[in-house]
Amino acid sequence: MNVNRQEALEYMRKMVLIRRFEERAEEAYGQGRIGGFLHLYIGEEAIAVGAMAAMKPDDDVVTHYRDHGYILARGVDPKVVMAELYGKTTGVSKGKGGSMHLAAVDRHIWGGYAIVAGHIPLAVGLALANQYRNLPRVVTCFFGDGATNNGTFYSALNMAAVWKLPLVAIVENNLYGMGTAVERASAVSDIFKKAASFEIPAVQTDGNDLLGVRDTVRTMVEMARAGEGPQLIEARTYRFRGHSMGDPQRYRGKDEVEAAKERDPIVLWRRSLLESRLATEDDFRKIAEEVEAEVETAVRFAESSPDPDPSELCANVLVPG
Amino acid sequence: MPQATLLQAIHDTLHEEMARDPRVLVMGEDVGREGGVFRVTEGLIDRFGPDRVIDTPLNEGGIVGMAIGMALNGLRPVVEIEFADFIYPAFDQIVSELAKLRYRSAGLFTAPVVVRAPSGGGIKGGAYHSQSPEAYFIHTAGLTVAMPSTPADAKGLLASAVRGPDPVLLFEPKALYRTVKGEVPEGEHLVPFGKGRIVRPGEDLTLVAWGAMVPVASMAADLAAAEGVRIEVIDPRTLWPLDIALIEESVNRTGRAVVLHEAPRTCGFGAEVSALIQERCFLRLKAPVGRVTGYDTPFPYALEKSYLPDPEKTACAVRAAMEF
Ligand SMILES: Cc1ncc(C[n+]2csc(CCOP(=O)(O)OP(=O)(O)O)c2C)c(N)n1
Ligand SMILES: [Mg+2]
Repeated sequence: MNVNRQEALEYMRKMVLIRRFEERAEEAYGQGRIGGFLHLYIGEEAIAVGAMAAMKPDDDVVTHYRDHGYILARGVDPKVVMAELYGKTTGVSKGKGGSMHLAAVDRHIWGGYAIVAGHIPLAVGLALANQYRNLPRVVTCFFGDGATNNGTFYSALNMAAVWKLPLVAIVENNLYGMGTAVERASAVSDIFKKAASFEIPAVQTDGNDLLGVRDTVRTMVEMARAGEGPQLIEARTYRFRGHSMGDPQRYRGKDEVEAAKERDPIVLWRRSLLESRLATEDDFRKIAEEVEAEVETAVRFAESSPDPDPSELCANVLVPG
Repeated sequence: MPQATLLQAIHDTLHEEMARDPRVLVMGEDVGREGGVFRVTEGLIDRFGPDRVIDTPLNEGGIVGMAIGMALNGLRPVVEIEFADFIYPAFDQIVSELAKLRYRSAGLFTAPVVVRAPSGGGIKGGAYHSQSPEAYFIHTAGLTVAMPSTPADAKGLLASAVRGPDPVLLFEPKALYRTVKGEVPEGEHLVPFGKGRIVRPGEDLTLVAWGAMVPVASMAADLAAAEGVRIEVIDPRTLWPLDIALIEESVNRTGRAVVLHEAPRTCGFGAEVSALIQERCFLRLKAPVGRVTGYDTPFPYALEKSYLPDPEKTACAVRAAMEF
């Protein structure tokens, strides 16, 4: 395996962190401490962790609303992420964004976007600016299979191809857009084929295979960086939880979900680390303990942080005049 | 009369209208097998089949555009937009195409499309699951815009929309979907567009409110009653065309008016209502027309309570008008 022990354990730690972070967020939601909508990434962690590992820290990232994984994989402190979910002043956007709009500009994460596919043209613009400014940065844009049925997906890819922009579109095909199975809404179920009409290089990859994701993203990001224009990756995966909290999931059977869990990306990674003797059960135990403490700290931090003052309501509409 | 929630009334009306007229189709994201995000269309697919209850791809512009074509060609599509916040990708189709067909064809053709969209806050949905975009559409000539606040009105307005000759946008206050219960007339029940309703009569001040603000207006009226102020609450039901005659008659009696809505203040529909009142009732007004509204901000996540108008804020505006 093309990975050293330190990297291997770090990838594991990040996937477990995202998993536990979200399980705790789920609990907090159930207790009414987090409001509105909460879209869990559980089952898809290998994509965020693999992709972030493949990119440079100043490569730009624009994401859809199922966005807890990316920001944690980029290394943002879980405390300020959890506080954002709670709507607290200490959150990444002072509680103004919430779960679906997580941003960390110092880490080149330009935010999650709740309007499906609305963010894809923004990623094209970031890429154009990188090209114009002669910056060696690539933009990755994450979104789901459902988003590729929207016009902005096509118009954005077209523009990116016309100007050969340094953009890598990463489609997380988790087989459903809300309750609609991909084949019921998309004329092609192999999403990567959609890139062919723009002559954009595109591949399909197993999104639950961490190393596969990392290496595919690395290859395509470096192609984009080398001036070969936009690239598209379809990462096949499966979300283990409902679309958002409170989804009765009548569109799929329990057996289907249970079968998919056999390919839990964390379980797969653990197995390959044990098989290749890169890590031991002890390592995993240690990671679990450390993550537990880190997430506990994040929850406490969020709970003890102050609510925003009502005077914040009208701040940040425009620059203060 | 049977009791129903607002949501149930909309569901039942869709059911009745589809049973009545085979040209009526329901379409949108997850409206079929899933029964819609709010379960408004639950079960319709079992009764009417997937040809009449169409699960569409995620593509609001495409959905509305397609509905226009279907309506031109003899069908009666009822489109569901999952949240009113997602109507903007379809904005162009609505304001550029849908709204203008009758006018530009000199009445030769029009597209009787109904667009239903849950709107308003109250569920901590944040910036993109809470907005009240009615004013954008009222500003565009050629659209009927309605917002029910009771189950009976929901039935009557929706039935009128489905049967009517022109496009209608129906904004459904999601905060009231399951919280408001009321009697719903059985059988045929049509609420004509452009006819408001006096929710409660009063002599001292006219309070105009729609959607989820109607119950807030009633609570504010209770607060005012405790201070001896008798408020007349009016729900226009149809925002455009507006029943200005009803409001004018009321304000001429009371001499005071406050408009209450959830949408941001600036260029909110309250501004238009206020202008119409002062144009028509100028000499009878004893105080400036007051406005209680959302703030001129994107819809907030954590500070939703601060943002939304409530009975206390409304009572303040009432007091200001009374003491002017
Ligand atoms: C423009 C728009 N339409 C509809 C929605 C409601 N909605 C939110 S997520 C979603 C499904 C998206 O599916 P997909 O792109 O596959 O992403 P996934 O949730 O599976 O990660 C829908 C319909 C929305 N947020 N924005
Ligand atoms: Mg999906």
